[in-house]
Amino acid sequence: MNIHEYQAKALLKSFGAPVSEGVPILSLDDIDSAVSALPGPVYVVKSQIHAGGRGKGKFTELASDAKGGVRVCFSADEARSNAQEMFGKTLVTAQTGPAGKQVNRLYLEDGADIARELYLSILVDRDNSKVSFVASTEGGMDIETVAHDTPEKIHTVAIDCLKGMVDADIDALNKAFELDGDAAVDGKTLFPLLYKAFVDTDMSLLEINPLVVLKDGHLRVLDAKVSFDGNALFRHPEIVELRDKTEEDDKEIEASKYDLAYIALDGDIGCMVNGAGLAMATMDIIKLYGASPANFLDVGGGATAEKVTAAFKIITSDPNVKGILVNIFGGIMRCDVIAEGVVTAVKEVGLQVPLVVRLEGTKVEEGKAIINSSGLNVIAADDLDDAAQKVVNAVKG
Amino acid sequence: MSILINENTKVLVQGLTGKTGTFHTEQALAYHGTKMVGGIHPKKGGSVWTCGAGEAEGTELPIFATVKEGKEATDATASVVYVPPAGAAAAITEAIDAEIELIICITEGVPVRDMVEVKARLADSNSRLVGPNCPGILTPNACKIGIMPGSIFMKGSVGVVSRSGTLTYEAVYQTTQAGLGQTTAVGIGGDPVKGTEFIDVLDLFLDDEETQSIIMIGEIGGSAEEEAAEWLIEQARQGRKKPMAGFIAGRTAPPGRTMGHAGAVISGGKGGAEDKIAAMEGAGIVVSRSPAKLGEALLKAIG
Repeated sequence: MNIHEYQAKALLKSFGAPVSEGVPILSLDDIDSAVSALPGPVYVVKSQIHAGGRGKGKFTELASDAKGGVRVCFSADEARSNAQEMFGKTLVTAQTGPAGKQVNRLYLEDGADIARELYLSILVDRDNSKVSFVASTEGGMDIETVAHDTPEKIHTVAIDCLKGMVDADIDALNKAFELDGDAAVDGKTLFPLLYKAFVDTDMSLLEINPLVVLKDGHLRVLDAKVSFDGNALFRHPEIVELRDKTEEDDKEIEASKYDLAYIALDGDIGCMVNGAGLAMATMDIIKLYGASPANFLDVGGGATAEKVTAAFKIITSDPNVKGILVNIFGGIMRCDVIAEGVVTAVKEVGLQVPLVVRLEGTKVEEGKAIINSSGLNVIAADDLDDAAQKVVNAVKG
Repeated sequence: MSILINENTKVLVQGLTGKTGTFHTEQALAYHGTKMVGGIHPKKGGSVWTCGAGEAEGTELPIFATVKEGKEATDATASVVYVPPAGAAAAITEAIDAEIELIICITEGVPVRDMVEVKARLADSNSRLVGPNCPGILTPNACKIGIMPGSIFMKGSVGVVSRSGTLTYEAVYQTTQAGLGQTTAVGIGGDPVKGTEFIDVLDLFLDDEETQSIIMIGEIGGSAEEEAAEWLIEQARQGRKKPMAGFIAGRTAPPGRTMGHAGAVISGGKGGAEDKIAAMEGAGIVVSRSPAKLGEALLKAIG
């Protein structure tokens, strides 16, 4: 789960991190009070969307030479007029896709006197299974570009979770960032508290780009991107509260209510599969036969008939869907449960497009019997290859 | 032979008294009499679990309060964990402390932070963990630990190792259809931080005389497939080599999205399918583009 920059900064501030003063703007009416709440004279107006590259992004409703999604303003009036211009518009960045994202929230921040920009992130390094800091002196840039062009400028420091952060870790980070004086002293407090924030709230990614050294020699968190481990949200109800549903696809929100892993895609074959690997492989084989999947959908191991019905409704609510492939290889999942769910769903919502069903594994005979005796117009498939060909042919008609 | 488990493996069940644990223990007992020897429940020690369905209906298993007690009473060397996510890491840790040799965690949705800690504890232990978020291990006609459907297996010569549960079943089913059968199938799980990686299992398959060929199924995210490919090239130089087929799920997955499995995400241009396929082909693995042609690919590799 992702949160906005202003939420991430409030969270980090609660752990003691130095962030700029700022006020979120959630409606046009908030603009005046937000501007008067900050001292000025330099303000930064920042679009709050769950995507990077905001500064270089473009608003589709504004002229092509209009400024981007992050604007530095040098007076209260300028801050006000920029906020008014940006609010509610659609921002397209390198990460949003061509459709862009509507800016429903802004963050107004106090300007900062920057001497140096650094890059810091914390994540779980899959190679060593440890929480690791990634540190670079090349802040404010796309870190993937830095990693590609100048890999020697990226340092990683892995933390032993049984010991926590030790002095050697802090020294290694100060060295990687080339910090001295006040900034190095700040680092001694900042790095451990960021690690604590990461671990205590079950983050999966904390990215501060840039972390800055101010002209007065102190460190400040100038941007913050935070993602949380979805599997750990059960122990953080206060973080679940931060979720902004306007950032998510309606069908994905509906799916999450039923604990279904669903991702909307832009093809025309709806898929319902058990198991993430098989769900991906089903997308792959559809593509192999020349069509495109409309979604990724893993109904999971413990699906009930009710869950399967919900999944089916979500798939059929997508107007692009011209055919549906149900591909189940039962392990935990029983084929009879899937079959009952599909039959119930079709009876409830009707069936406007061809439906291909492939069942295999636990209780397969019972499942096939339920489908066969339902009287529904279902195309049965023998195996995965047969199923993929049949659904692709049905859609191509 | 087989790897990791055989007809003599004695298994404890952590989370036996729950619905999932009960269902799959009934199935395991019915599968060629897998030696399930007891269950663990901190509050129900001393009670008895009775198999309520299937071929083994009526079989009784003792419930122990701790893994340590269960191990001492039964000489179990393996434990399977069906405990829900919030308690799964604690259950694994208890099994590590009791020095259970093989711990298999089926539970899906264990927080990564918990697994980071488990992994640190595993490093200095006498235990091997498989999973979490995995379908378990099955040696045909001998022992079934976890949730794989026993009916699709056939005793034979193929070793199967996979990051995906249901794709493991595809590989098993197709090698059964091809008349090859399996020695052992191991699901290592779809989480980013897990107990056992491809290389660990491949090493065992290369050593196992009965295993004459191997299917390896990966997916997008991380670099475990690339590392395994490099390792295989090194092993081949030393003369350790068996015919292999493979598949990578997620060639059509959009970058930046987590595809169901917590570990299946292409991030920062890394973890994409094409790099993995190229690395595996570089190691001499016949990589099928279609998940329906795994059996065929393996026959081609065997030649």
